[in-house]
Amino acid sequence: MPKVKFDILESTCVALPFENVDTDQIIPARFLSATSRQGFGDNLFRDWRYTKTGEKNNEFVLNKPEYTGKVLVAGKNFGSGSSREHAVWAIFDYGFRAVVSSFFADIFMNNALNNGLLPIVISDDLLKKLLSLVQNKPDTKVKIDLEKQTFTILSTGDSVKFGINPYKKECLLKGLDDIDFLLSMKSSIIAYENNKSLT
Amino acid sequence: MKSKTLFDKIWDSHIVRSIEAGPDVLYIDRHYIHEVTSPQAFNGLKERGIPVFRPGKTIATADHNIPTKNQHLPISDQLSRNQVERLSENCQKYGIELFGLNHPKNGIVHVIGPELGYTLPGMTIVCGDSHTSTHGAFGTIAFGIGTSEVEMVLATQCILQPKPKKMRISLDGKLHKGVTSKDIIMYIISEISASGATGYFVEYCGSVIRSLSMEARMTICNMSIEMGARGGLIAPDETTFDYLRKLPSIPGIYNIKSSVNEWKKLKSDTDAIFDNELKFDAGLIKPMITYGTNPGMGMAIDASIPLSDEKGNNKATSSYLKSLDYMGFKPGMKLLGHPIDYVFIGSCTNGRIEDFRAFAQIIRGRKKANNITALIVPGSKKVEEQMVAEGLVEVYKNAGFEVRQPGCSSCLAMNEDKIPQGKYSVSTSNRNFEGRQGPGSRTLLASPLTAAAAAITGRLTDPREFITEEKKVKN
Repeated sequence: MPKVKFDILESTCVALPFENVDTDQIIPARFLSATSRQGFGDNLFRDWRYTKTGEKNNEFVLNKPEYTGKVLVAGKNFGSGSSREHAVWAIFDYGFRAVVSSFFADIFMNNALNNGLLPIVISDDLLKKLLSLVQNKPDTKVKIDLEKQTFTILSTGDSVKFGINPYKKECLLKGLDDIDFLLSMKSSIIAYENNKSLT
Repeated sequence: MKSKTLFDKIWDSHIVRSIEAGPDVLYIDRHYIHEVTSPQAFNGLKERGIPVFRPGKTIATADHNIPTKNQHLPISDQLSRNQVERLSENCQKYGIELFGLNHPKNGIVHVIGPELGYTLPGMTIVCGDSHTSTHGAFGTIAFGIGTSEVEMVLATQCILQPKPKKMRISLDGKLHKGVTSKDIIMYIISEISASGATGYFVEYCGSVIRSLSMEARMTICNMSIEMGARGGLIAPDETTFDYLRKLPSIPGIYNIKSSVNEWKKLKSDTDAIFDNELKFDAGLIKPMITYGTNPGMGMAIDASIPLSDEKGNNKATSSYLKSLDYMGFKPGMKLLGHPIDYVFIGSCTNGRIEDFRAFAQIIRGRKKANNITALIVPGSKKVEEQMVAEGLVEVYKNAGFEVRQPGCSSCLAMNEDKIPQGKYSVSTSNRNFEGRQGPGSRTLLASPLTAAAAAITGRLTDPREFITEEKKVKN
């Protein structure tokens, strides 16, 4: 089944300058009871977005109209904790297409790549600069070029190469599906099983 | 031949195909599923019109959202009930064995897997749950996966996975009284931080690890993910084999003797090279407590909330202060004596029989403090039965505690077992994230002994006050 493609993205950013944002903050467990992948964006960062009484928390960045965009910029160790893919579905459903940080938790990184959400690792120093730029100038734009693996802050010209697994890069560029790929290997899998049962 | 770590040996023997500069296609021996992270994966199979490739290798349970009271009644929360029903339907449709709600062997996925003999040395094991690392205690490669990967495994019994780096953590020295396996792993996490092992798969070794029971080893491996590790494993030894020999049956194993001979080969070569090696002295470990909102923010129970890290760097970053502010704490504060509202014992970290014995050791003959609400939740039906058989339920009752029915319960508070806004909970679970135990809840992670001490005094209390040297705790 074809998947979402990613090639070039130019967008403003939303800054979340906290470290260790865990998947329980991204989507609290009490909102995991759905059986489809849609609609989780409404509860993205739920307990930060809304007050205890259920009103919008105007202090939180997603509720500040000047901050918009498809790129979420977050403090280091983003996505730690639970393996819930719902965290990625929530971020994607809300409208983000890339997350930038200096460090991601492993499972979150895999989940993001499996859903067309591009995780981009940049240095601590550049992250610090970007967070402060975005907070002070909400119209700060970045450009992400997956083919060239470049991340550029357009207003300053800061441009860095980012890493990505070549297999995953191809999947994202062409919208290829992992399960189609694995299914195409059925005979190798069966051969492995037969071989293993002999040992 | 090149020397290999135990991790390499298991991983390499499960590669169906290596993709150049890409992930490996890894064969999975055991797949555990539960109601929360599986429905979307089954939807995917349905959309593709394909069956489950090897249904006999997947085992299902309902644990995350189920109530811990009146389990015989329909689940009152409609969405939760729907998820549990969908799991039953999917298991029936695709021929997967289900230990669902009200099944006599129901329980938390990481508790029942080992106790029913589905987790065996040398296996690759995955589950849509980050605490799958628990099964590493048996010398397996076990790790948590997302729902897209659950779908991969259902469809092909394989997963696309980049090979992680390897870390060895050795623990030697003398463990002091009142210090449990929970304290050991909380100490390690506090030393290396909540992201200190990200990108790695950990092998735990050393004389102290060797001296631990299987249940204690599971607690250690369980929390590997809390330092960011993909998983953690311990080479199997006589303790492992004894545990397995004592099980009533092991599915698929007819001659345990010859299996044990095979399992004995599962160890790292003496000159195997790890990407990172850490050594710790068990003698330095005291009962631990967390003071912040990630498991790396832990300290000895009698310490003060640190102002700077071990390198002397000021810790007071905005994230650190935000975390303390959420907890209602300040840098430099001591927490001993701090009033506590709730105590939770249970979860895949500390919901096994040894944990309830440890808790009982302190509450026996005493009374629960009036200000404490306690959630006592066995990890499985089998644990519950054993508590009854050993007279522990009576001990709990006499001390003023009510024992609930099994489930994940207040560890992630998907069901009704929520800690209210602003309340302090001493919890034997694995995560102290903001709101983890309910919106606004404040979690202090601890061992069953520390939880018991707080339950009796109503305040954060050093469990060593209740333990004499003779009654050495084996947990």
